[in-house]
Amino acid sequence: MIWGADRQQTFKLTPTVFFLYLLPQVILDAGYSMPNKLFFSNMGAILVYAVIGTCWNAATVGLSLWGCHMGGAMGDLDIGLLQYLLFGSLIAAVDPVAVIAVFEQVHVNEVLFIMVFGESLLNDGVTVVLFNVFDAFVSLGGAKIDAVEIIKGIISFFVVAFGGSLVGFIFGLLISLVTRCTKNIQIIEAGFVFVLGYLSYLTAEMLSLSAILSIVFCGMCCQKYINANMDERSVTTVRFVMKLLANGSETIIFVFLGISAIDKAIWVWNTGFILLTLLFIFVYRFIGVFVLTWILNKYRLVPIEFIDQVIMSYGGLRGAVAYGLATMLDEHKIKERNLMICTTLIVVYFTVILQGITMKPLVTWLKVKRAAVSELTIVEKVQNKVFDHMLIAIEDISGQIGHNYMRDKWNHFEESWMSRVLMKPSARKNRDHLFSVFHQLNLKDAMKYVTEGERRGSLEFIRNESAFVDFKKKFGDEYSEIMPDVTADTSDDHGGMSAMRRDPVPSVSLELHEQGMNGMRETEDVNTHHLLQQHLYKGRKQHRHRYSRTHFDVNKDENEVQEIFQRTMRSRLESFKSAKMGVAPPKPISKHTKKDQQQKMPNGKSLEKSRSYYSGDEDFEFSEGDSASGYDSSGNSFPMRVTYRAGAGIENPAFMDDLDPMSVVQIPPWLAEAELDSSMVAPSQRAQVRLPWTPSNLRRLAPLRISTRSNDSFMMADPSAAQQRDEDQLPPPPSPPPPPPPPHRD
Amino acid sequence: MGSSSSNMNHIPNAQELMQETGFSAAHLLRLYERFEFLDRDGKGELSPDDFEAVRELALNPIGGRIIEAFFPQGQETVDFASFVRVLAHFRPNDPNRKDGAQQDQANSRTRKLKFAFQLYDQDRDGKISRNELLQVLRAMLGIQVTEEQLQSIAERAIQEADLDRDGAISFDEFKKSLEKVNIDHKMSVRFLK
Repeated sequence: MIWGADRQQTFKLTPTVFFLYLLPQVILDAGYSMPNKLFFSNMGAILVYAVIGTCWNAATVGLSLWGCHMGGAMGDLDIGLLQYLLFGSLIAAVDPVAVIAVFEQVHVNEVLFIMVFGESLLNDGVTVVLFNVFDAFVSLGGAKIDAVEIIKGIISFFVVAFGGSLVGFIFGLLISLVTRCTKNIQIIEAGFVFVLGYLSYLTAEMLSLSAILSIVFCGMCCQKYINANMDERSVTTVRFVMKLLANGSETIIFVFLGISAIDKAIWVWNTGFILLTLLFIFVYRFIGVFVLTWILNKYRLVPIEFIDQVIMSYGGLRGAVAYGLATMLDEHKIKERNLMICTTLIVVYFTVILQGITMKPLVTWLKVKRAAVSELTIVEKVQNKVFDHMLIAIEDISGQIGHNYMRDKWNHFEESWMSRVLMKPSARKNRDHLFSVFHQLNLKDAMKYVTEGERRGSLEFIRNESAFVDFKKKFGDEYSEIMPDVTADTSDDHGGMSAMRRDPVPSVSLELHEQGMNGMRETEDVNTHHLLQQHLYKGRKQHRHRYSRTHFDVNKDENEVQEIFQRTMRSRLESFKSAKMGVAPPKPISKHTKKDQQQKMPNGKSLEKSRSYYSGDEDFEFSEGDSASGYDSSGNSFPMRVTYRAGAGIENPAFMDDLDPMSVVQIPPWLAEAELDSSMVAPSQRAQVRLPWTPSNLRRLAPLRISTRSNDSFMMADPSAAQQRDEDQLPPPPSPPPPPPPPHRD
Repeated sequence: MGSSSSNMNHIPNAQELMQETGFSAAHLLRLYERFEFLDRDGKGELSPDDFEAVRELALNPIGGRIIEAFFPQGQETVDFASFVRVLAHFRPNDPNRKDGAQQDQANSRTRKLKFAFQLYDQDRDGKISRNELLQVLRAMLGIQVTEEQLQSIAERAIQEADLDRDGAISFDEFKKSLEKVNIDHKMSVRFLK
């Protein structure tokens, strides 16, 4: 094969192919999967390394080589100082492709990773400028360079860098806006991301700005919004296609680099030049990193450790970008172009192959802190949030304008303005971080649960109540339908949780979780199961509703839902009998009430209402008019928050009579207690909640929202209107609240 | 380094405070200026209203708790020394400090965690009960989340952290569940010089 390629060297890695067809995907993927928070926290350090570090590398390598040339170490070469500097500038930049390729396997701790990674991405701004500046200087010749030119060079740096970022940012916003509007044409959503991303690259390239910076910022800017706006399947698609393209391009780049080496025509060997180059880039990289880190550590809250610095220096890999730039050198201006190309190739091979391969053993040997592989538990996530808030508060108290304060301000700005414009309303509601963590954990539990059940033949392995088992048996059938959706969701979310670009972890590591199942206490089993139910259920419905092309028969849905619901309620009642949780008392109330309203509502109406509640936000208006939601949101401590769908009237006389008195009476004391906690409820709302506490109003509580979360006051304004509406449809309500609660739960 | 109106002499026990908390003289001075700024009545002590005058704290979900953390059980006011001691928890851990055992330093990992723990544990019984956790979650999770979901989250959190199965999280369990988190990083504020 090599012999064949040798005979027919028709292919070379031309700059055009490389820079326009192979590189953008890699960088877009890098930007899209960049952990933003981490990046911006360390932005200062990253910029220092990228700008100052690269300039230092370029200058020192160029000057040293020139010095050696003058000293005669290289024999007879026709290279002037400027050309050396030009060469230095193209060989100085740490390459994003190579860094990604190597560091992705190694899983070092996140600070170290983001430093090297961020630097490799941002230094393109510097590299492009330096290369162009020196290229222009070389064309001009040494004599004509004066201060003006140098100043022009410096200014062009700022223009190129900031201009490129701005272009990227604009395109990022554009993508977000587009995805906001594509609810009905989800098929092409994913395509937009790629097209517009590539467009940002081309636009910057066209304007002679830094294209890499542009596409990086495009990816970074849009990731949050497109993940929120797009359908989950689109998000998955985008993520996987990006990885596919990026990995493919990387591979092709390196293959072509290899093939390009076989071209005999370009081979020029100059021992001195090549060896000295290798030596210098290695040494100066170390020096540069250590000096800069020493300076940075004076200002950093958490200093960068020595070992990390070693790895950072060692990880200064040069790659295809350098080669691409080298091939862009003009033959006529630079006589020794071939030598430079060869040297670049050798440098690339050396760093990528040698340093790349030995990186992992080195990391292990030096005991570098690795990335946390396990996902955070809820406690950790909660605590991280608490820390954030704590720091902001302390900064406020002590009057500092610190990093956290800035971040907080940015978050506020972002939430109030940008998200409003760029995110779909439904997405905005659901974006609470902790809750999504919780949701994902539940989905994982669900997967565990199902696989465990299947492993044991049926889902009967929870031995407590027979009612439970019964319910599960039925539910088990539904699982198979749920599973495809859930799988998609878990893998998606799981991917989302690993912020960095890792090998996609299998969505459920089944073996590990199975032991967990056996250790759980019975009550916790019950509880978790209920959690699973709730969320699984909800997830399924959300998915389903987004399909516009499935041929699900909605009515069939409803029946299943009703049956599941019925069983759930029954089993819940029974399980909560034995549960020791403090949560227990309020819960039955909610169930009862739900049941209550179920029967009261005529079939059609409930269907309609229930459907509204899991349609995303189209029906938000509908639910707003309903004062039930008003009640919900008013006491967010209100227990009625069952996300079960209100199935159409299941006849369940067993439940009908018990519920009203108990529920009615039990609510107020409990609500009173809860209201003390809830600081979100305005007194007037509370009053409203208390007041019309007849069973007729209980009904209103029913179609509990999946989507309605906001506390808008205008929702509260409609109770009277809704009340009348409700009254029309209700059968005459039972008598107003009798005093003592009959402890009647059988 | 300070303004003409305040210098180290105004600060009572400055040397001891510096020793105890690890703040430098410049830091201490700056904090004293801030203290005086917050203390609008010039009483020499801060009361909860003074803290609440800081507007941003109202927007902070745990602002109230942080304020309470400054006032140890039963006290109505905070003097400068206590103010500084609380803030000292947030000093970055200085590896070069050699005086005093690591454990005793105001900003050691344990002390920081203790501070965080006390934010949850309002009744100071040494454990975070489900209720206390619920309260914090409720404050932080916003209005979108239903009560049931909150309870589930709290339950789940306790499940994960509660090793001795007593239904509450003790300080040791809390520490253990956060052992992977870089507390120093997360709980440090860079005090301006």
